[in-house]
Amino acid sequence: MDLAATILVDGLIYAGWLFIVSVGLTLVFGVLNILNIAHGSLYAIGAYAAASMVGAYFAWGGDAFPYGSYVAMIVAALLVALVLGPLLERGLLRFFYGRDEVLNVLVTYAVFLILEDVMKLIWGVNPYFVYEPYTLLGDVEMGPLFYVGYDFAVIAAAIIVGLAVWLSLNRTRMGKVVLAVIHDSEMSQTMGVNVQRIYLGAFMAGAFLAALGGALTAPMISVTPGLGVNVIIVAFAVVIIGGLGSIPGAAIGALMVGISRAASVHMLPEAELFIIYFVMAIVLLFRPEGLFAKTQARKI
Amino acid sequence: MNSTSKKFAGALTALALAAGAAGPVAAQDDTFKIGVITFLSGQAAESFGVPAWNGGKVLVDMLNEGGKLPAPYDQKGFGGMNIEVVLVDEAGGATKQVQEFRNLVQREEVDAVVGYVSSGDCLAVPPVADELKAFTILYDCGTPRVFEDNTFEYVFRTAAHATMDNVSLARYLKSRDVAIESFAGLNQDYAWGQDSWADFTGAMAQLYPDAVVKTALFPKFGAGQYGTEISALLRERPTLVHSSNWGGDLQGFVIQATARGLHERSQIVLSAGDHVIPQLQQKMPEGIYLGARGVNGLAAKARGGELQELTDTLWDAYEAEFGVFPVQAPFRMWQALLGLKTAVEKAMAENGGKKPTNEELAAAMKGLSWDAPSGRIEMALADGHQAIQPNAIGTTKWNAEKGAMELIDIEYFDSRCVNPPAGVKSADWIAQGFPGAQCD
Repeated sequence: MDLAATILVDGLIYAGWLFIVSVGLTLVFGVLNILNIAHGSLYAIGAYAAASMVGAYFAWGGDAFPYGSYVAMIVAALLVALVLGPLLERGLLRFFYGRDEVLNVLVTYAVFLILEDVMKLIWGVNPYFVYEPYTLLGDVEMGPLFYVGYDFAVIAAAIIVGLAVWLSLNRTRMGKVVLAVIHDSEMSQTMGVNVQRIYLGAFMAGAFLAALGGALTAPMISVTPGLGVNVIIVAFAVVIIGGLGSIPGAAIGALMVGISRAASVHMLPEAELFIIYFVMAIVLLFRPEGLFAKTQARKI
Repeated sequence: MNSTSKKFAGALTALALAAGAAGPVAAQDDTFKIGVITFLSGQAAESFGVPAWNGGKVLVDMLNEGGKLPAPYDQKGFGGMNIEVVLVDEAGGATKQVQEFRNLVQREEVDAVVGYVSSGDCLAVPPVADELKAFTILYDCGTPRVFEDNTFEYVFRTAAHATMDNVSLARYLKSRDVAIESFAGLNQDYAWGQDSWADFTGAMAQLYPDAVVKTALFPKFGAGQYGTEISALLRERPTLVHSSNWGGDLQGFVIQATARGLHERSQIVLSAGDHVIPQLQQKMPEGIYLGARGVNGLAAKARGGELQELTDTLWDAYEAEFGVFPVQAPFRMWQALLGLKTAVEKAMAENGGKKPTNEELAAAMKGLSWDAPSGRIEMALADGHQAIQPNAIGTTKWNAEKGAMELIDIEYFDSRCVNPPAGVKSADWIAQGFPGAQCD
C-alpha cells in the first residue's frame, strides 16, 4: 500500500468521524442561527451515555449477541437527544432567538461549562471503557497495514448520516418546511408553519448527531472529562471551511481537513495542527463565507 | 490549647530534652495545616490528582491516628501535631493557581503547601512562594527547569524530575540487550511530551548510537484518536515506539494501537505507563516495557526488602478504601508527606519541640533524605532542593490465575544511575554520556 493510498484511507476514516461530529453543528446553525458551543458537551455526553449503555448491555448478558452493543450505542445517542434537546432548546435557547449572535455564543458557552460539571456529577472523573464494539468487526488488511473494521464502519455511518440528512431536507415534505424556515422564518410562520416545532426538531436532530459522534467514538478511547473541548474546535474548523449551515459543506470540509491532516502526519508531522487551520485560512481567503454558504447581501 | 495544657506540654518538652530524647514530644500548637493542591477535575484528575489525594488522605488519616505505620513514622501526626488539610483543585491554569496559593498562605495561613502536577504551575508558583516566604513542596510535576533555571529558598521538589524516566528506559533496553535499529515516538504536543522525547532520544544516542529515528509524532494533548499516527508507525516499522503519553491519551493510544497490531511489529515502551494498568488490565498488551516515574505501584509492591512493611501497610489501606491498587501518583504524594513529616520533626528536634517556622522547615528540608514506599528519597540536587530517587522499569505480563496484569523482569535503578549529579543540567548530563553515573 503506497503512501498516497494510506493517506487517503487514514484521511477518509478521520473525515468520516469529523463529518458526523460537524454535521449536527452546521444543521443547528442553519436552522436556528445559533453557533452551538454546547455541541461539544452533547458529543461528550453521547460518549458517556454509550459507554454506560454498552456496559449495562454486556452486564445483562449481551455477550450472547455482542452486535447488539451497536444498537445500545444508537439508543444512547437517541436518549441524549430526547432528554437534552427539549431541555436546552425549550428551556433556554428559545429565549434568545433573534438576539445578537455573539450573545447566543456566550449562552451556549455557558451551557457547555455547566454540562462539563454535570458530567462530572453523573459519571465522576474516572474513565469509562467500552472496547468490545471496537474489535467486534475484525481487522482489514490493506497491503502492509492492518485497519480495524470499526474504522470503516464509521465511514459507512458517516455516509448514511449524510444521505439521511440530505434526503430528509430535500426529498421530504418536512424537509422542505425546514428549508423554508431556514430561508425566512417569519414568512414561514405567516404561511402556517409551526416554526417553534421546527426549531425544536432541528435542535434535537443536531443533539442526536453530536451524541452519535460521541457514541461512535467511545469504543476507541477512554471516556474522560474534558472530551468535548477538542472536538468542538476542530468541528468549527470543518463547518467554517464548508460554510456555516451547509450540509455538503460539512462533508467537503471534513474531507479536506481529514486528508490534509493525514498527509501532514505521514509527511510533515510537525505541521499536524497547523495544516488544519492553514487549510481553513486559505479557504476563507478566497471564500470568506466558506465553500458552500451562499453570499448574502449585507443590511446596512 | 488552654494554658494548663500548654504548661504541661512545655514541661514534657523540657523533660524530654533533659532526658536527651531524640525526637520532639509536643508542639506549642496542636495542628499542622497543609494546603494540598492537585487536580480534582480536568484531564489530569483521574490519572494523577484524584489518586494522589486518595493516597494522601489514607496517609494523613493513619498519621493522625498514630501508631499505624512502622518506624520512623509511628509517631502521631507531625511531631505529635494533628494534620489538617485544606484541599484545592489545581484546574484552571497557572494564573489561577498563583491566586489560590496566595489565598492558602495569606488567608488560610497554612503551615506548608504541597502541590502541583502541572509543570506550568510548578514554574509559576515558586517565585510567589519565595516572595511570601511560604514553605512549599512540589510533589509531582516533572519539568527539570524548576531548579535548573532558577534557585528558590522555600521551595522543594520531593520527586525526581522526568529525565530519570527516559534514561531508565534506555538503560533497561541496553541491559536486556535489546537490538534497536530504529525507533519512533508518539508524545503529547506540550512541554512534557517534548521534553520526554528529547531526553529519550538523547539517552538513546548515547547507548544506541547507530539507532535511527524514524519519525517523531506529537499529536495534540487530548487528541484521543491516533488512527493516522498508528498508520504512520506501522508503515515506518521502527524497532521501538516510545511514548510518554498519560491518562486518556495513553489509554486511547494503547487501545487503538493494540487493535491494529502495532505492539506485534514494534517494541512499545511507555515512560509513565503504570497508571493505566488498573483501567486497561488485559487490554494492556503483554511485553510492553513500562515505567512508573519511580519505584512506584507494582514495581514497589514487587521489590521486597526493608521498605516492604511500609509499602504494604499503605498499599493495603489504599486498596481497602478505594478498591483499586495504588499507582504512581499516590506514591509521590506519600513521599512528599513523609518527607514533610521528617522535616517537621527534624526542625522540632532542633527548636525545642515548637511548631517550626518556614525558615526552620526550609533549613530542615534542605539536603534531607528519608524512606518512602518508593525508596530512599534524597534532596541531592539544586543545593538540596530537588530530590533524586531510585527508578524501576518492568515488562507487562498477564497473570491468568490472578486475573491481573503484572510486571515481570523488573530492573531497579539506583538514584545516582539515572539522575544527573548535583550542578549538572539534565540535558548536558545526557549529551556528555552520563558522567558520574553510579550504576553498580
